[in-house]
Amino acid sequence: MRVSLFITCFNDTLFPGTGRATVELLERLGHSVDFPLEQTCCGQMHFNTGYQREAIPLVRRFVEVFGDAEVVVAPSASCVGMVREFYPRLAELSGDQALIDAVAALTPKVYELTEFLVYKLGIEDVGAYYPHRVTYHPTCHSLRVLHVGDAPLRLLRKVRGIDLVTLPDAEQCCGFGGTFAVKNADTSMAMLGDKLRSVRETKAEVCVAADNSCLMHIGGALHRERAGVRTVHIVEILASTEG
Amino acid sequence: MRPNSVVIELTPKFEKAAKQALENTQLRRNMGKATQTIRAKRAAVVGELPDWQALREAGRAIKERTLRHLDHYLLQLEESVKRAGGHVHWARDASEANRIITNIVRVHQAREVIKIKSLTTDEIRLNKALKEAGITATETDLAELIIQLAGEHSSHILVPAIHKNRSEIRELFMRTLGVKELSDNPKDLAAAARAYLRHKFLTTPVAISGANFAIAESGTIGIVESEGNGRMCLTLPKVLISVMGIEKILPTWQDLEVFLQLLPRSSTGERMNPYTSFWTGVTRDDGPQEFHLVLLDNGRSQVLADEIGRQTLNCIRCSACLNICPVYERTGGHAYGSVYPGPIGAILTPQLVGVEHASSLPYASSLCGACYEVCPVKINIPEVLVHLRAKVVREKQDHGGLKGKLDPENLAMQAMSRMFSNRVAYEAAQRMGQKGQWPMVKDGYITSLPGLLGGWTAMRDLQALPQETFRDWWRKRKKQEEKASE
Repeated sequence: MRVSLFITCFNDTLFPGTGRATVELLERLGHSVDFPLEQTCCGQMHFNTGYQREAIPLVRRFVEVFGDAEVVVAPSASCVGMVREFYPRLAELSGDQALIDAVAALTPKVYELTEFLVYKLGIEDVGAYYPHRVTYHPTCHSLRVLHVGDAPLRLLRKVRGIDLVTLPDAEQCCGFGGTFAVKNADTSMAMLGDKLRSVRETKAEVCVAADNSCLMHIGGALHRERAGVRTVHIVEILASTEG
Repeated sequence: MRPNSVVIELTPKFEKAAKQALENTQLRRNMGKATQTIRAKRAAVVGELPDWQALREAGRAIKERTLRHLDHYLLQLEESVKRAGGHVHWARDASEANRIITNIVRVHQAREVIKIKSLTTDEIRLNKALKEAGITATETDLAELIIQLAGEHSSHILVPAIHKNRSEIRELFMRTLGVKELSDNPKDLAAAARAYLRHKFLTTPVAISGANFAIAESGTIGIVESEGNGRMCLTLPKVLISVMGIEKILPTWQDLEVFLQLLPRSSTGERMNPYTSFWTGVTRDDGPQEFHLVLLDNGRSQVLADEIGRQTLNCIRCSACLNICPVYERTGGHAYGSVYPGPIGAILTPQLVGVEHASSLPYASSLCGACYEVCPVKINIPEVLVHLRAKVVREKQDHGGLKGKLDPENLAMQAMSRMFSNRVAYEAAQRMGQKGQWPMVKDGYITSLPGLLGGWTAMRDLQALPQETFRDWWRKRKKQEEKASE
């Protein structure tokens, strides 16, 4: 399959390793990867903060960049959630019928990486090897916007050498929430504090998730605490091999 | 000032009030324990029903159909209530409703009324209005009584005293009810309240209730409760006044079947609540001999006019969204500055009072979506939150004058929208970030950021921007591939 990679501005700028791992994994599984350089940001931050007018040009841009793709895959549940669940609403707000139609045609082809592997390709064992104690945090948007279910866990369970431990109260929000982490920094921290305690309880070395935004939040605090736990995007585990 | 601005006192903003609440360790402990317990109970009884999702969908559909024809059903209800011997009053806002109720109490020369727990009467600040008219209102729901005796506001729509533990309640009762000896055993606490209330039930001539449901076809009003104190109020006094928001109506008895399954499981985590009472007008020589129904708008028809916001009116006040909300669990209800706290409050309050008067509430959420998942009538709370945020921003941009336009967040968002609309500008910004970050970077991390972003580094480090973006790597790789194939 020819996969158009939607890297997301966040990963492009802050977590290029996640992008490289995505390319490596998809190619290893026999797919060709294309990266349209004109892509920038999906507009999630604008939309979620209330700047809808400012998000509409980014919807238009996304549709122009990816309109012809066979399939669009991104290593970010929240950005895919934005495109698939909220682009139709923004297109409607624009009042532009051509945009409404283009969004309707494109959104069913856009996948988050783990759901693409498990539900679209039907793969669970990607041939990965990762000899570490790992705990999985299901991010809110992967669970409750995209409904990826246990796809990430199914992939992780097939990784060789992994010591996968259950995170207590896993489905509780970590407190990131985009601009929430800044606007309501105190409440965000109170939520994060409980998440950190759960992570530490597992005695895991690595906390994994399908969103680098939540991981940056959790990982930033783990680093501040010198907790001895690092955060890793799931694709970086899936891309790891023996030797 | 909007007519319904009596609903709340929204100072300070949510984030400030929350910060204060987060400091209260007793509150954190009480809230954490209570919400976790009730969440587990709810999950267990909801899990028993194989058709739960179908029930939710039915609940949503009935509510939305009813709201589409609200004018018709309200008139039908009025006619049915009158036919059954009741009186119907229409109140545009809180002060109209309070005036109507006060007048009824005065006609009967009553100086005291007893009340069934009712959010709607809290919303219109009825007790305060009665007090100003020289009428004493006594709350008969145990938790409402606790709040009333403590002189506080409710912090939860179902369990108003959720923020208090039993030793705090023991102290309160000893101080206010004149009880000399009292343990903090829940049974003893309930007995103390019972002794106090029993006398009130037997001597007070007027009772005031809210309504969980009103059946248009028969003019029947319904209340669900746990304690039975409500039923005392509905049967012992001579006069009964019920106040209901206009959205509480259901067309037929058959519709009720769905809601009596959804509500108890979602609210108290019970298969069925202990007391369910229905009354239709007046029955000769049985129960109240005079019945008044006050139909309250107080901003609801404006909510109904909003295509996305109107689903808020589906709410049956179960409080499942409060109990599941990670923000509410930590801040408690008072931070929301409204009789409607939690996720439902964050969307209802701004719509009732106007977003300009409650602009911090739509942001009191991480948009985690847990509330939508548990809502028994499928109110898409995150969708409404984002919709209201857009209204806040639009208000700031279009009516906020120069201050609104020069708001740092607005300027940053405008600039970023333009930057993301142009690849060259975007890549230039990436490079600027990589080059400009050095004064802040120490050992690969940024530990302190200025201005708006300072909230981030208060507790979290930020890893420095890598010197190579993904697209840089991609371009390099393409070049190498091209070279190799030459």
